[in-house]
Amino acid sequence: MRYLPKSPADREAMLKAIGVRSVDDLFAPIPGEYRLNRDLKIPRQMAESEIVEWFRQRSRENGDGYTSFLGAGAYFHYRPVVIDALISRGEFLTAYTPYQAEISQGTLQSIFEFQTMICELTGMEVANASMYDGSTAAAEAVMMAVRLSGRRSVAVARTLHPEYREVLTTYATHQNMPLSVINFNDDGRINIEKLQKSITPETACVLVQSPNFFGTIEDVDAIAEIAHKQGAMLVVSIAEAVSLGIVEPPREADIIAMEAQSFGVPLGFGGPYCGVIATREKNVRQMPGRLVGQTVDKQGRRGFVLTLATREQHIRREKATSNICTNQALVALMVNIFMTVYGKVGLKELAKQNLAKTAYAASTFSKHGEILFGGAPRFNEFVVRTSEDPKATNGRLLGHKMVGGLPLAKFYPELGHAALWCCTEMTTRSAIDTAAGLIAESERSMRSAKEEEEEVAR
Amino acid sequence: MKRSTPKATRHVNQNEGLIFEKSSPGKAAWKLPPLDVPEVDTAKLLGSAERKDLGHMPEVSEIEIIRHFTRLSTWNYAIDLGMYPLGSCTMKYNPRVNEAVARVEGIANGHPYQPEKISQGALQIIKTLSEILIEITGLDAITLQPAAGAHGELTGLLIIRAYHKSQGKPRKKILIPDSAHGTNPATAAMAGYSVENLKSNALGMVDVASLELQMNEDVAALMLTNPNTLGVFEQEIHKIADILHAKGGLLYMDGANMNALVGKVRPGDFGVDLMHLNLHKTFSTPHGGGGPGSGPVAVRKVLEPFLPKPVVVTKPDGTLGFDYQRPQSIGRVRAFYGNFGMFVRALAYIQANGPDGLRQTTEDAVLNANYIRKGLEGSYDLPYATPTMHEVVFSDKLQAKKGVRTMDIAKRLIDYGFHPYTTAFPLIVPGALMIEPTESESKEEMDLFVDAMKSIAAEVEEEPQTVLDAPYSTRVSRLDETAAARKPVLRWSPNV
Repeated sequence: MRYLPKSPADREAMLKAIGVRSVDDLFAPIPGEYRLNRDLKIPRQMAESEIVEWFRQRSRENGDGYTSFLGAGAYFHYRPVVIDALISRGEFLTAYTPYQAEISQGTLQSIFEFQTMICELTGMEVANASMYDGSTAAAEAVMMAVRLSGRRSVAVARTLHPEYREVLTTYATHQNMPLSVINFNDDGRINIEKLQKSITPETACVLVQSPNFFGTIEDVDAIAEIAHKQGAMLVVSIAEAVSLGIVEPPREADIIAMEAQSFGVPLGFGGPYCGVIATREKNVRQMPGRLVGQTVDKQGRRGFVLTLATREQHIRREKATSNICTNQALVALMVNIFMTVYGKVGLKELAKQNLAKTAYAASTFSKHGEILFGGAPRFNEFVVRTSEDPKATNGRLLGHKMVGGLPLAKFYPELGHAALWCCTEMTTRSAIDTAAGLIAESERSMRSAKEEEEEVAR
Repeated sequence: MKRSTPKATRHVNQNEGLIFEKSSPGKAAWKLPPLDVPEVDTAKLLGSAERKDLGHMPEVSEIEIIRHFTRLSTWNYAIDLGMYPLGSCTMKYNPRVNEAVARVEGIANGHPYQPEKISQGALQIIKTLSEILIEITGLDAITLQPAAGAHGELTGLLIIRAYHKSQGKPRKKILIPDSAHGTNPATAAMAGYSVENLKSNALGMVDVASLELQMNEDVAALMLTNPNTLGVFEQEIHKIADILHAKGGLLYMDGANMNALVGKVRPGDFGVDLMHLNLHKTFSTPHGGGGPGSGPVAVRKVLEPFLPKPVVVTKPDGTLGFDYQRPQSIGRVRAFYGNFGMFVRALAYIQANGPDGLRQTTEDAVLNANYIRKGLEGSYDLPYATPTMHEVVFSDKLQAKKGVRTMDIAKRLIDYGFHPYTTAFPLIVPGALMIEPTESESKEEMDLFVDAMKSIAAEVEEEPQTVLDAPYSTRVSRLDETAAARKPVLRWSPNV
C-alpha cells in the first residue's frame, strides 16, 4: 500500500522489539467472536490513475459545462487562482488546530486577520474563527442570544433561507425554544406589523436574513428598533457575503451569523462552506467557537494564541457555550485570501458588477414574466413569476446547457409559478439574453394555448 | 549540557507583519472584466442601503499576498514536515490525489440545487461512500450530513431522542465515561439531556458493575469511545451492550478512534446501535488547521427512519435522487447535504486502499503505537498497563518530581523537530502524554521520536530548567496566554 512507509522487514523488527509473534497478537484484546475474518466488501485497491478517471467520469455526470442561474445560499463567483496555490501548501493543509501556538503562528495570524476583516465588513467588534456553515451559525447565534437574554422564544422571518429555518427548528426543538415565523409583505420584506405583534417579553431574539432569501434587502434599522424596544436582540443572517461590498452592513444587529462561501469557496455541491459569527465585544464570552487573540512571548514579541477557551467544550464539558470543536479553518483561509485579494476597492467593484448584471437581468426578464417584490432594493437575486411552471421552463433550458432559477413552489407554494434567479459577475449578458428568450418563447406558447382554450370555450 | 537534536535544525524564516500593515491606497491584486451590461446608479438602486466605505480592508498586490501567506505558512508545523503524534486526533498522511479529484470541474462547481438529472455524479459519490462506510461499521444505514465529529454526536443524540419518543418514553439521561472527549457531555447538553458520569475501573475501562447500578429506564444511551481515550479496547463491550439493551437503552459509539478498528472488527458486530465517524481522522481528509471535518452517523435499521433528511435513494427509473418524504426524520442538521468535498476525499482514500490496504493501515497504526509504548516504557510512567491499540497514554509522574510537567516536555519536543503529543488529556490521567503515531510513520521516524523523548527524560533528570524554558528553536517563545484571556485583543486596529 503506497501510503504506508514500512517494509516487511521493518514490521518484523518492530514485532520482535515489542515481543509479540504476529500483529494479530496485538489485536488480542478484541474478543475473538467479533473479529472480522474476511475482507471488507468494498472496491479493490485502485491505482492513482484509476481514481482520477473514476472521479472525472462522475464530474461529467454532474453538470460540468452548464451555465447556471442558481443562487439561494450557494453562489458562483470567480475564485482567484492564488487561493488554491496558497491553501495547498502542506503547512496550512496538513496542520491541526493551533493548540501549540509556538509552531502554529501561521494559522493563528491568518485567523486573526480573518477575524479583523470580518469585523470591518460586518461592522461588528469581534468575530470568531469560523463555524460549520451559515445555517448552523444562525442556529448557534440564536442559542447565544437565548443565553445572553435569559429569554427563550425566537421570532424568525419567513424570508430566512428555508433550509436555515429547518436547521434552526432541529436545534431549537430539544432545547425548549419556541419559534414563531413572521411572514413577508408584497415588497418581499418581513411584515413589520406582524413582527411587532409577535415580540413578547419572552422573546430572546428576532432572526432575519439580509439580503433575504428573495435577494431583497431588509430594513434592518426598523427591525432593530422594534426588537430592541422590547428588550429582544437582533440576529442577522447574511448568506451572500459579496453583498457586503455595496450593501450597508446591519450595524444595529447584536449578532451577525454569516455564510462566507461567496468569498472564494467552491460551490462543491453544498459544502464545505464557512460560517462565521460576529458580535459586540460585550457578548464575546457567550460566543461559540474558537477565537484567536494577540499576546506577547517571553521576549515581548507579538504572537497569537487561541483564547477564551473557558467557553469551550474541552474545558467546560456540559457547561460549554457549544459542542463545536472542529470548525472550517482551511475554508476560512480561502475566505481570508479572497478578502485580501479584492480588498477595500475590489470588493466594492465586484459587488457593483453583481448589482448591474442583476438589474439588467431583472429588467430583461420583466418583459416576459412578472418580477415580484419590486418595492424594495435587492442585491443579486430576484423572483420571476411566469405562467408556465418554472420546472418545465428549466427542463427546456437544460437542453441549452443552462440551469434556470430555483423553483420556489416547494418553499413558498403561495407564490405559484415563481423562481429565484441569481446573477453574479460570472453571468454574461448573452446568457441572460438567451434565458430571457427561452422564457419569452414559453410565455408566448402558454399565451396562445390559453387563447385557444378561451376560443374553444367561447 | 545541550543534547544533539538530530531531526530539527534552524532554517531561515522571515518576519512578516499583519497584512493591514502593508496596505496602501491604490495597490490592487484584482481585475474584473469589462462590464457587458449597462452601469447602474447604485445610490438610486439601493437608497439608504448603499454602503459607502469598507473601512480598513487591505489594499495590496498579488506578489505581496503570495509572500505574506507563504511566509506565514513557514511558521506552522504540519504532517508534511514530520510526525504529528496528537493522541485522539489521528494526524495521518493526507494524500494529494484526494485534493486533485476534489478540484475536478464538475465536482468542485456543482451547485447543490442543480437538477437531479445533472447531479448523478455527486449522488453516485454520496451513495458509494455511504455503502462503503456502512460495510466498515457493520451498521445498516447512514447520513453524511453532519459537518464534523461533534455535529455527528448531536445528530446521533437527536436520533436517540426521536427513537425513544417513538417508543412512547423520551428519556432524560446520557451516561458518559470520565475518560470521554469534552464534546460528548457538551453535545448531550445541547440535545437537552442531563449527563451522568461513569467511572473507569483500574484497567481504564468502563466499570461494568457501576454501569449496571447506574443503568435504568431514564437512561437514553451510553456514549462510548472504543477504543477509549487511553487507547484501550473495551473488552467487556458485549456485557456493556447487554446491560444497556436490557433496559431499553442504546449504545452510541464515538468513532474518533476508528483508526484502530477498520477492517479488523466492526462496531455493529459488537453491539453498537449508532456511531459517528470522523472523515478527517480515520479517512485522511486534511485537518487544514482545524477543519473542515465531516461526521457521518451510521445507525442500525431500527433507527433509519429518524436520519436527517434528505437521504439519497435509487428511483424507479434507476437514477439517483433525494428523498425528502421522511415523516419521522429529526429534520436537517445543516443546509444542503453536508461537507461534500470531504466525501470526495475520503472516497478517494478508500479507493487507494481497498480492503487489504485498509486492514494493513489499521495493523500498522496499532503496531506503531505499541512500538512507541515499548520504546518509552521505563522512561515515562505508564499508568495503565492494559494492552494498547492505536494510541498510548503515559503520565508525567516521574518528571513531575523535578517540577517538569507534560506541557513542558511537549514544548521541548518541538526543539527536537516533532509536534507535541496531546497534553493533559484524558482527564483520568493526571499529567497525561497521549501519543498516537498513526500508520503514517516509518520505523526511522519513530526511532528518532523515541530517542528524542528519552533524551528529554534525561534532560529532566540532569537539568530540568532546559526543559522548563523550551522551546528555543521556534519563531516565538512561550506565549502569554493569561494576558491574552484577561484583556482580549481579537482584531487588529489602526490605533494600537
